[in-house]
Amino acid sequence: MNPFNLFRRGSAPIARERLQILLAHERSARSQPDLLGVLREEILALISRHVRFNPDKVQIKMDRGKSVSTLAVDIEIPNTVSVMQQRAI
Amino acid sequence: MSDKRSARVVVVTSGKGGVGKTTSTAALGAALAQRGEKVVVVDFDVGLRNLDLVLGAERRVVFDLINVIHGVAKLPQALIRDKRLETLYLLPASQTRDKDALTEDGVAKVIAELRTKFDWIVCDSPAGIERGATLAMRYADTAIVVTNPEVSSVRDSDRIIGLLDSKTEKAERGECIDKHLLITRYQPWRAARGEMLSIDDVLEILSIPLLGIIPESEEVLRASNVGAPVTVNNASSAPARAYFDAMLRLKGEAIPMHIPSNSRGILDKLFGRKAA
Repeated sequence: MNPFNLFRRGSAPIARERLQILLAHERSARSQPDLLGVLREEILALISRHVRFNPDKVQIKMDRGKSVSTLAVDIEIPNTVSVMQQRAI
Repeated sequence: MSDKRSARVVVVTSGKGGVGKTTSTAALGAALAQRGEKVVVVDFDVGLRNLDLVLGAERRVVFDLINVIHGVAKLPQALIRDKRLETLYLLPASQTRDKDALTEDGVAKVIAELRTKFDWIVCDSPAGIERGATLAMRYADTAIVVTNPEVSSVRDSDRIIGLLDSKTEKAERGECIDKHLLITRYQPWRAARGEMLSIDDVLEILSIPLLGIIPESEEVLRASNVGAPVTVNNASSAPARAYFDAMLRLKGEAIPMHIPSNSRGILDKLFGRKAA
């Protein structure tokens, strides 16, 4: 046994905390539609009305926290946008 | 068989595999029969049946649940009576790979027929949340959610509780299905050292009433090796006593909860042996 482990707290509190956060999210997700999916579709639909982009170049990240969650949408927009806009005009 | 009974249907479920559903089905079914109740344990794990093996009846399987559903065999022909306990019967699962062989109507008919013949119908659910698992819980009055004090098991149990509250016939009628938590493979010394989720942690997270705590024990493995429920093979062992208590609580008796404590001796600790 590693002697340093004697002074370390057990890992059960970490398990408990992780479960509490995860299950809070999973339970709320059961009663409502997939929020992440809805947001992704609507955000992409909105942007595609204005610019043309490659759907493969979209990165969506979600971090679910205890009190707040973050949704990061990273869309690579080609520099031809200005050309497209000029043509539209 | 008298046809005046009206059985209580219990599903033993968990989501996650390997947590002790089959062991618990056998032990609780046997414990009820040891108390004189007339019990049938039904294996819903189509394709991967094991309840027959744990009960030591694997060489006596002729017909199975699917045969009864398809009308190949009559229910009394498929029921196997336990060699040790007169009032314990097994309805084995089929080994077919065709999972669609289990139909909702077919299961409903079999359960309805069993209800008239037994006091208790204990359904051993397969792991997962697919057809077999949802059909095993479909007609249950009571659910026993088997959980290990470990993150993936607790998460899957939470998912199963959600299904019990939405996909069972009772839930669809707007009634609340009776749910109980059975914590298995509990290692008191690990919980005491903060290395394993405690009983309170699991109860707080899942918030359903506790039916029992089964300590991790080599007696469980020994019983399955010889093909006998642990309550029959060694009735005075710690897991058997915990299963007897759980059985009495299932029957509605108020039995004080015994939380297994650290029973390891100093030598065991020094040499890192597992508790019996």
